[in-house]
Amino acid sequence: MESLDTKPARKPAEYRSDVTQIWCPGCGDYHVLMSFTRAFAALGLPPEEIVVVSGIGCSSRIPAYTNCYGFHGVHGRSLALAAGLKVTRPELTVVVASGDGDGYSIGGNHFLHACRRNIDMTYVVMDNRVYGMTKGQPSPTTEPDFDTALSPGGTGLRPFHPLVIALASGANFVARAFSGAPNETADILVEAIRHPGFSFVEILSPCVTFRPDEKEWKNLVHPAPVAPTSDPAKAARRIMTDDGFNIGILYRGDREPYQPAIGPARIDVSELEKDFEL
Amino acid sequence: MDQRHSIGVAIVGSGGAGALTAGNLLLEAASAAGWQGLLTRTVGPQIRGGEAAALLRLAIHPVACMPDAYDLLIGIDWLNAHRFGAEITVGPQSLVISDPRGGDLPPPMASAGARVVEVPIKDTAKGIPDGRPNMVALGIAGRLLGLDPDDLAALIAARLKDKSEAAIAASCAGIEAGYAAAADIAFDRPKPPKPASTKRWLISGNEAAALGAIRGGVRFAAAYPITPATDILEWLAPNLAKMGGVLLQAEDELAAVNMIIGASFGGTPALTATSGPGLSLMIEALGLATAAEIPIVVIDVMRGGPSTGIPTKSEQADLNLAVYGLHGDAPHLVLAPQSVGDCLFTTQWATYLAETLQTPAIVLSDQFIGQARAAIERPADLAFIGQRLEARDIAGAYQRYAVAAGGISPMALPGTRGGQYTADGLTHTPRGTPTSSAADHHVQLDKRRDKLEGFAYGDHWATIEGSGELAVITWGSLVGPVREAIARAAQDGIDVRLVAPRLLSLVQPARFAAALAGAKRALVVEQSHGAQFHRYLRAHYDLPGAVKVLSRPGPLPIGPDKIHRAIVEWRQ
Amino acid sequence: MSNANAPKISSVTDLYAVAYGIEAAAVERYELLAAQMEAHNNPDLVVIFLDLARAEGIHRDEIARLAEEADVDVLAHAPRVGKWPKGESAEEVDAGAAHYLMTPWHALELALGGEERALDFFSSVAASAKDPKVKKLAEDFMEEEAEHVNLVHRLMRRYPAPAEAWGHDLDGPVAQD
Repeated sequence: MESLDTKPARKPAEYRSDVTQIWCPGCGDYHVLMSFTRAFAALGLPPEEIVVVSGIGCSSRIPAYTNCYGFHGVHGRSLALAAGLKVTRPELTVVVASGDGDGYSIGGNHFLHACRRNIDMTYVVMDNRVYGMTKGQPSPTTEPDFDTALSPGGTGLRPFHPLVIALASGANFVARAFSGAPNETADILVEAIRHPGFSFVEILSPCVTFRPDEKEWKNLVHPAPVAPTSDPAKAARRIMTDDGFNIGILYRGDREPYQPAIGPARIDVSELEKDFEL
Repeated sequence: MDQRHSIGVAIVGSGGAGALTAGNLLLEAASAAGWQGLLTRTVGPQIRGGEAAALLRLAIHPVACMPDAYDLLIGIDWLNAHRFGAEITVGPQSLVISDPRGGDLPPPMASAGARVVEVPIKDTAKGIPDGRPNMVALGIAGRLLGLDPDDLAALIAARLKDKSEAAIAASCAGIEAGYAAAADIAFDRPKPPKPASTKRWLISGNEAAALGAIRGGVRFAAAYPITPATDILEWLAPNLAKMGGVLLQAEDELAAVNMIIGASFGGTPALTATSGPGLSLMIEALGLATAAEIPIVVIDVMRGGPSTGIPTKSEQADLNLAVYGLHGDAPHLVLAPQSVGDCLFTTQWATYLAETLQTPAIVLSDQFIGQARAAIERPADLAFIGQRLEARDIAGAYQRYAVAAGGISPMALPGTRGGQYTADGLTHTPRGTPTSSAADHHVQLDKRRDKLEGFAYGDHWATIEGSGELAVITWGSLVGPVREAIARAAQDGIDVRLVAPRLLSLVQPARFAAALAGAKRALVVEQSHGAQFHRYLRAHYDLPGAVKVLSRPGPLPIGPDKIHRAIVEWRQ
Repeated sequence: MSNANAPKISSVTDLYAVAYGIEAAAVERYELLAAQMEAHNNPDLVVIFLDLARAEGIHRDEIARLAEEADVDVLAHAPRVGKWPKGESAEEVDAGAAHYLMTPWHALELALGGEERALDFFSSVAASAKDPKVKKLAEDFMEEEAEHVNLVHRLMRRYPAPAEAWGHDLDGPVAQD
């Protein structure tokens, strides 16, 4: 892991705004915000050159809590919005923030295609295995026996494997982090942002209100037992056989990121008329 | 312009006969010879090999609609051509060229009293090595229209330059044979025009819209293919690249519209093109762009609805969706081009307006003008190029949505120091942070409405022509047939005025009232089963005491004759 | 939250820097918690956390002063040395244990955990230090932390242990989006 020994020119506080945070005290997302600001400071990027794009949900409130540019869009579409932005403004650093509902349910289709497109951006999903903002419905990563009002007795459905889906769809960097270790998470984010192409970081972030059982997570997380691989099949097998609490960078790929050539016009607009001239 | 100064030609064939190619080449050849014209087509449901008809109208003056009846109908074969019975009308003045081995004339055409001349098109083609029946048909049409055979041959050579010498030779031979076959057929046609001295274009409405977008400043497009809008994307892809921009194919319309919002947020004017089903999917994001004040252009090439509807046909029934579809109070721009050439102006203007007013603009085109190819005068260059008010050199606390005179607040682009804000669909304060306060909500609602209401749109907001107590109010592709009907009515001594809004939202009550000053009767003409346009007029405008509505759903175009009769019946 | 991955202390400079970092992080953490309590209408806890932040601030500034007397620039060294790659630094408060209805007792329990971890850290540095100067300084810090631990215990005696139903809210959560 790359060391952050060089003194960053910037402090994390520079990346925090003064907007009051509505998250419940005890929410893992507070730590994620800390990780964001520490990572941005470590990278030394001017806040105005970072854009945090989100959808809808508790996790998606994060852009306004930073001092960067932000976009709090509609539910599930943050990856598409970020793609349009990054492709036309490739010099910006684009970080997309989402939750397990916004990202894996309504946003599922865009997740697949974002991994496939491999545009250079970092996708952070704060997974708390529940729909927090709308009061506790199961999400695609909720355990099958988790009792909720909308699914009494549990859904009975097997949860998603988002990291494996990311690998299968072509993501170039896959990592799992834990909100309760903000320094380590910050380090992972730095790597993810630096890594070219589509970087996917799932941050286990407990929901203190609807999943008090997730307080246990700090005792369950542990470092991944091996260094990351560049073989997606190997990485997938490792993830499919882990306990869901392996923390660290799990996959580093070398796919060329997608960035079409954009720039000044190569011809005058009047030349386009030639197609139509008789 | 009336029937006598134009000529309608239809070429029908199936199963690879190439009728549509022949029609395209005929339009091109006629345009080169100085004709102006319009080409549309009608097809069966198959993907290949289906029955197809190319429909043309040529005239010395601009052509904006199809004729009520066709003067020349060439049938390469008549297989399943009964499908076109309602759309291809012939009469006693028409000439029908029929291949004796092509099946029977469909009933409506057989009993129309037209002059039928048999020409063995298929056999003639068979007699030429690699001969094609559509080239024979093209030759027949060329001869009857008085086109120079050498010019036609040169055009073929140019169009087929990627094919083999043999293919070009076979095509030219086919045309020659067609000329020969038609040599003794009498045909009454209007005097051919002189070759044009001004610059002429051959262009479809979809292509014109795409060019208008680029001229207006668009440099990013994201889209999902859908009939009949895909042509826009096909033209944009390489041409945006030439301008340093890019088109991304999105995984669905939800992604497409959000991608263009992202690009626009970053400062790049952006556009997508779709049809009714796609626009339905995009509605939520249009609300986001409205609320966050982000300019985007969405072209809806309307097709038959509802739901999957009739993808290959035209209708004017997305008006409600475009104007009223957004949840909440979300005023935004809706415009509608009125002809093939007007697709260029209206899309360029829409881009300019969207950028200036920081709001989404929906351009309601339709399948008829979108996919029609027209031979037109080169449209004039326009000054409307998107000019967004940007916030630069920001000192002090930046308020993205600060209220100022005119309601347009400067937009900071990412990368601009001190301008950091989070764009939000949540109701926000002038700074941009979420709020649920009544005052903040009202302030922003007022701001977004006032900026659109207070803007000086100029005369382009509507086409207003003529005077008269009877006003015909219409929009979009119906402007063409209505104009022709009004011209015929003028010959009957009836004074009719035309009022056709190009800007459908926001509405312009004072100017509409001025346009109707003195009118006592109004005839509303539209292509919608539920008379969406009439109800829209009633909701927002004062109409004269007596109103009649001529509203028909698709898939058939409303011809000038129908409209003319409605006018005459109501003369007073 | 263990000291297993603590930074390596090889000199007095390192120790001053790490100690400074621990206190500075604690100040930040308590201030953030105070802000959370303010936003969630728990004024008693705002007072407690601001008091804790103030106390840690005094300690932090004292370390900086001592370091300056010993010619160590803590601000320059702290970021370099004071990095705990995994988990949190010794005294960092576990903000994940916060709750919008938490009582002063809970806040002090959080603080106690932090102080005990810091004490643990300095104890292990003192026990393993080869350099006598480092050992002496570590022992001084140990004493300081031990006093803090005692203080927190005394403060906790002032507040009742929370009732069984301390976290019960008759109102359910409110969906905001």
